[in-house]
Amino acid sequence: MNTQDPSVGTYVFVFAVLLLLAALTTGIAYINLGPFNTVVALAIAAVKMCLVGLFFMHLWYSRGLARIVVLAGFFWLALMVSFTLADVFSRSWIKPPGP
Amino acid sequence: MSESAAGSSLAGTSGRSVSPALHHQFEDIEQQREAGNFGMWVFLATEMLFFSGVFTGYIIYRSLYYSGFAAGSHVLEVDLGAAMTAVLLASSFTMAMAVHAARQGNRAMLLGFLSSTIILGIAFLGMKFTEYFHKWHEQLVPGLNFHPAVDALRGAPEHTVELFMCFYFFMTGLHALHMIIGIGLLGVMAILAWRGKISAEHYNRVEVSGLYWHFVDIIWIYLFPLLYLIGGRYK
Repeated sequence: MNTQDPSVGTYVFVFAVLLLLAALTTGIAYINLGPFNTVVALAIAAVKMCLVGLFFMHLWYSRGLARIVVLAGFFWLALMVSFTLADVFSRSWIKPPGP
Repeated sequence: MSESAAGSSLAGTSGRSVSPALHHQFEDIEQQREAGNFGMWVFLATEMLFFSGVFTGYIIYRSLYYSGFAAGSHVLEVDLGAAMTAVLLASSFTMAMAVHAARQGNRAMLLGFLSSTIILGIAFLGMKFTEYFHKWHEQLVPGLNFHPAVDALRGAPEHTVELFMCFYFFMTGLHALHMIIGIGLLGVMAILAWRGKISAEHYNRVEVSGLYWHFVDIIWIYLFPLLYLIGGRYK
């Protein structure tokens, strides 16, 4: 971890952007974008997560160790979600043998 | 006794002064701090996988029973959800400021920001339980009291809306449990700060509590759109 500390101004700015994004995602939910409503809502959530992770949790200022743990966490998350969905949504492809 | 003896002998050999906050297995205070943060990050990675079990279940059932999940999303109160999001984001900001104050060794500022974080956390839980109370009155609690009004179902099969409400209570309940643990943790930090046990050199306990608090905030950042927003609010 770096000894450098983000300034109070950085925290205030990140907090303001987070509030703005929360208002934005709530507003967009009332506009019909078809399937893109889900995409936009999850994209905004991802941006908010990155802001909290990078600045409030200091990942931006940290050395490799914490970042590797975060990437490992996301790697296992991707494995879990993709293998589970691959199972569930491919079940109807092959009919089970039997009477 | 042996610890302090080992500490002073180390100080003697390396010619450095050894902080009383330094545990004997670490080379210096910075290494101790890095190890503390690393431990919390590993724990948070396991927490992430713990939560993603429910998220994966949510993805599967939402794709199978979309109409029930859309109807379920409509019975939740968006205004309250948005207010809860704002309160939790504010608590994350005050938490970041508390860590900042601890790093500066500013005890009064640390105590102030820790207590604001605790108050905002309790406000969040108050709003959460208000919503639970409303759902009980609307008879939307699966298993215990589930007799929804016909227009609340929006033409979806009743059991699919019940499934959505199961996810709602389970996901937000799990999140609320983490909030309660976090508030307890911050309470301990406030007591330590009050007793003067947190210093500019030894503030790692506040820092790792902050990491945990921000993690719980991130879980809510995803719960808010998944439960309240993406069921088609427009029309």
